[in-house]
Amino acid sequence: MNLDPLLLSRLQFVWVIAWHILLPAFTVGLASYICVLEGLHFATGREIYFRLSTFWIKIFAVSFGMGVVSGIVMPFQFGTNWSRFSDATANVLSPLLAYEGLTAFFLESAFLGVLLFGRKLVPRWAHFVAALMVAFGTLFSSFWILATNSWMQTPAGYDIADGRFFPGDWLQIIFSPSFPYRLAHTVVAFYITTGFVVAGVAAYYLRRRRFVDEARTMLSMTLWLLTVLVPVQIFLGDQHGLNTLEYQPAKLAAIEAHWNTQNRVELNLFAIPDEAAETNHYVLSVPVLGSLILTHDPNGAVRGLKDWPRADRPPVAIPFFAFRAMVGIGLLMLALIAASWWLRARRRLFDTTWFLWSCMLASPLGFLAVLAGWATTEVGRQPWTVYGLLRTADSVSPSLTGFDVVLSLIGFAVVYLIMFPVGVALMARLARSGPVEPAVEPDAVEAGRPQRPVQALPSSEERISS
Amino acid sequence: MTPPVLDFVPLWTIILGFGVFFYVLLDGFDLGVGMLYGFAPDLPSRNLVMNSVAPVWDGNETWLVLGGVGLLAAFPLAFVIILPAVYFPILIMLLALIFRGVAFEFRYRDAEHRTFWDHAFCYGSAIATFAQGIVLGAFIQGFHTEGREFAGSSFDCFTPFSMFTGMALTFGYGLLGAGWLVLKTQGELQDWARQLGRGCLVGVLIAIAVVSLWTPLMQPSIAQRWFSWPNVVFLSPVPIITAMLALWEWHSLRGRSEVAPFAGAIGLFVMSYIGIAISLWPMIVPYQFTLWEAASSASTQAFLLVGTLFLLPIILMYTGWSYWVFRGKVRGDIGYH
Repeated sequence: MNLDPLLLSRLQFVWVIAWHILLPAFTVGLASYICVLEGLHFATGREIYFRLSTFWIKIFAVSFGMGVVSGIVMPFQFGTNWSRFSDATANVLSPLLAYEGLTAFFLESAFLGVLLFGRKLVPRWAHFVAALMVAFGTLFSSFWILATNSWMQTPAGYDIADGRFFPGDWLQIIFSPSFPYRLAHTVVAFYITTGFVVAGVAAYYLRRRRFVDEARTMLSMTLWLLTVLVPVQIFLGDQHGLNTLEYQPAKLAAIEAHWNTQNRVELNLFAIPDEAAETNHYVLSVPVLGSLILTHDPNGAVRGLKDWPRADRPPVAIPFFAFRAMVGIGLLMLALIAASWWLRARRRLFDTTWFLWSCMLASPLGFLAVLAGWATTEVGRQPWTVYGLLRTADSVSPSLTGFDVVLSLIGFAVVYLIMFPVGVALMARLARSGPVEPAVEPDAVEAGRPQRPVQALPSSEERISS
Repeated sequence: MTPPVLDFVPLWTIILGFGVFFYVLLDGFDLGVGMLYGFAPDLPSRNLVMNSVAPVWDGNETWLVLGGVGLLAAFPLAFVIILPAVYFPILIMLLALIFRGVAFEFRYRDAEHRTFWDHAFCYGSAIATFAQGIVLGAFIQGFHTEGREFAGSSFDCFTPFSMFTGMALTFGYGLLGAGWLVLKTQGELQDWARQLGRGCLVGVLIAIAVVSLWTPLMQPSIAQRWFSWPNVVFLSPVPIITAMLALWEWHSLRGRSEVAPFAGAIGLFVMSYIGIAISLWPMIVPYQFTLWEAASSASTQAFLLVGTLFLLPIILMYTGWSYWVFRGKVRGDIGYH
């Protein structure tokens, strides 16, 4: 059997990043939510926010730990498997990655310890500041990593010498043409993902008539947030699409499975793209709607894939279907939010069984949409790592054999298949057990040396064994 | 590429050298604590041992990311040659770090599989350390390159020397971990940490001696650097100070001082680090490319330098604050319990 290190390295990257992206998709939103809860508790003193915050911090801790360890893997992938990519792009991209570490990772990790374990050690405002810093950290991280990704999609501000990229204008590099759209679209997607998880957990409690006050607060807060964000996200997605049409027309042609350049193009609702025959089968389409959506003009011209040589075209089926999955999920979410407006107006939000069931079933939707969107944009970027300039095939480490990458891929597969299911199961268990903290808030003590050594606390061992 | 107006390489060498050393120290004691955890006598002591690093471990591992990405940013040629060359040690390290990292939460939340996660924490720490030691050994031995690429096999890094440095680092991190535990615990648990620390110290001293002899025998340039006249005089403080530190460490592990064992372990790491730096200077891809040859463009280094000089002190401040919050002896009511 001929093992291709390029294909296997790509599979490995898909594997490690697809799992990893699920964690920021959750923790970015959750960090902000915890921060809001801590802030509300700090400002109003209402205990329910304290219980909710403590509850979500426990879940956050599990997902953040998994995010850290699966995230450490990522920069090393650039070196071990994609050394030619790193060699070509280091002068331009490496400061963005380094700034992610400097501005985000340290902020998150230093304040996470205080957020998780410091409630008894620092004053209340300091605990709130810790939550704020962790939330900022997750957003800074999104900023830099999406700046990096956007530059790969729509490179700008560079010079080329000796087959390598060199920085020309840093502002252009960071704020490459697709960056503002990608950043907004992705961060909102992360917030929405978290929102549907929180709503699902709240609906679960309401169905079981447990933690009813907490659940109502969560559901109400979250649905207000989603009321704003889901429509905003659809608008942002549209804007992002216009940007893609301008800067990555081949990707857009693949997303829409358009083969011929035309005016007044149809919108393919469903089709089986056939790359060999350069056509679609079993097409279900709406005339003119494609031009209207993509160019906001019924007569707008949209380029087809046949404009590019075969070697420069992305795969068609994956972006086509992944995009439809993402949009379909978006519309489902919108329907659910619209239902919540109607129920809220009739004061039936908290006791309508079908709605609560829908919220529970919808809780993983955000993750699926993030994965689908990510697949659309990354597969649509192919066959390039730096769009139009550096091919994926020229990016892989030359020393690797297929056998090497098979071994590493098996390693990642086994470890991730242990870690992720266990992590998800533990978070589900935490969610099921609910906000059961003691109702009394522990006194915030000024940081200081502990009064008593641990060994003297008899209860610690009992609690361990419970 | 315009010729650089200012030479940022020395400054970046200092920053990266500092960053890597900080990683070695911080994750060193953290991984060391993980290894010693396997020897802890009972459940309450295991809980204390783990809680002594629970609030800081992910901050410590952040320095690993900074070290990796910092190398990519400041000396990209080193990154793109070294990383593929140590493909498997890096892989093993990452997988082991995953296990030991999630073990903090999973062991606590998943009580019915606590033994499994105990093992994940302990063996994960040990394997990650050993893998880092292999990377160190492979680095000292040098890599087979062609042009700007690593041209050897992914298995070249597994040599008797790199296996030995793997063991050496295991003892070294164990010593740091023991020093940390002496600082953070008391009573019987502290005595236990002192005892393990003495065992690790013996291993460390043997390792330092063997590596100090092995490397000059392996690399004539290193022998030249250390033993030629007058270098042998100028560099003699390195072994002398190391020997004095070793004595001090031994006595402090036997004595009652709570800070000295950790400080002494750090001192031994500083000296070993300086020793390696002296051996390899000014190479960043040993025997192939100097720091200047591997450096990124002046614009890249300058752009990152501006932010780094501003951010690094702030990072050190709030990292210091987070250690300050958890200062003193580890408490049973803080952390996982």
